[in-house]
Amino acid sequence: MSLARLDSRVERAWSVLDGVLDPEVPVVSVRDLGIVRDVVESDAGLSVVVTPTYSGCPATEVIESSIVAALEAEGLGPVRVEMRRAPAWTTDWMSEKGRRRLREYGIAPPGPVVAAATAPLRFVPRPPRPLACPRCESYDTERISAFGATACKALWRCRACREPFEHFKPI
Amino acid sequence: MQASIAVSRDPAVQYLLRIGDTCLIHAQRTAEWSGHAPLPEEDIALSNMALDLIGQARAVLTRAGQLEAELGGSAHDEDQLAFLREERDFRNLTLAELPRGDFALTMLRNFALATFMKLLWTKLERSTDAELAGIAGKALKEARYHQEHAGGWVVRLGDGTAESAARMKAALDTLWPYFAEIFESDAIDEQAAATGLGPRWAELAADWREEFAAVLGAAGLALPADRAFRSTGKAGRHSEHLGYILAEMQHLQRAFPGGVW
Repeated sequence: MSLARLDSRVERAWSVLDGVLDPEVPVVSVRDLGIVRDVVESDAGLSVVVTPTYSGCPATEVIESSIVAALEAEGLGPVRVEMRRAPAWTTDWMSEKGRRRLREYGIAPPGPVVAAATAPLRFVPRPPRPLACPRCESYDTERISAFGATACKALWRCRACREPFEHFKPI
Repeated sequence: MQASIAVSRDPAVQYLLRIGDTCLIHAQRTAEWSGHAPLPEEDIALSNMALDLIGQARAVLTRAGQLEAELGGSAHDEDQLAFLREERDFRNLTLAELPRGDFALTMLRNFALATFMKLLWTKLERSTDAELAGIAGKALKEARYHQEHAGGWVVRLGDGTAESAARMKAALDTLWPYFAEIFESDAIDEQAAATGLGPRWAELAADWREEFAAVLGAAGLALPADRAFRSTGKAGRHSEHLGYILAEMQHLQRAFPGGVW
């Protein structure tokens, strides 16, 4: 098998992964989410290295089986999904396209993590960093709850357009 | 009826069980709030945190089972370890198994445990066990978020109305005697420190106390005096409460071995 052929199988796999959507946020692909860390071809077939978003994310198993199904449907099988925890996933790995799709879907995309991780913990009520409303783009927003409908989101509301919205938490 | 399993007494396995079991039992208690929290947002928050803790427990228990096999024993998977062990083989902190109490007690316990777990995961990121280090890197981000959430509530309630402040004070009086166990050292701890698997938990005491005291101060509460009482959940000697948790948690797997959704 030529090297060019090897490359093309992996490349085709990457482009298929572009169409495998996160079951909980069905506008962002697993590739745009940044959880596909590697695609490796060997004699045994394709191995897709995936990292979990949260330790207890209930979508993990669905994501694994969707990846296998999508790649096998394109004739790229056999496919094996390998879970790799380190380095831990961060929302900084989300692509620009993923962030745009989130915003269009009504979810405020995550800001950069660096600032959040190094900021000292403070326990007096404080306004979290300003966040633009995904609908009207106003910064006159406030956090309602640090947690949301799925592990990866928090609940916010916009004081300008009065609409609640979700925020993809930076971690 | 499914028979119980016996688990390796190896100190490395026992060290992992302390972490995994504390996450598991804490998750079970936290999940009791699903559908019962005082606000919908907190209902969602507590359920989310329980989910994170279950995920952490699954990963650590899986690793503990692998380690049993690597040490020449029989391997157990996460489900066998969670559902088929006797009460005395659980190694969680007694603190995690105490009844959930009111919202103030739950938030104070969450804050104490999240602060501790944040410090522990930070050290475990440098474990000589690569798998454990990987688990820690992920869990650390979650623990940090849990700590900030619970800490906010400790301040809000402690520095709130007369009623909320009295409840937070009562929660502190109830839980304070159980915090000491976290930092008690023994041979299992020593072995983990010697092999680089993880820190002696006693090494985390000073940082924990500093962060805990800072939040209590903001909440208008003082650290109570230390007491001689020591709980012993880490050694498998539990309060009367763990048996009831296990009865609920294990019943289905014991009655219908291997049953799945």
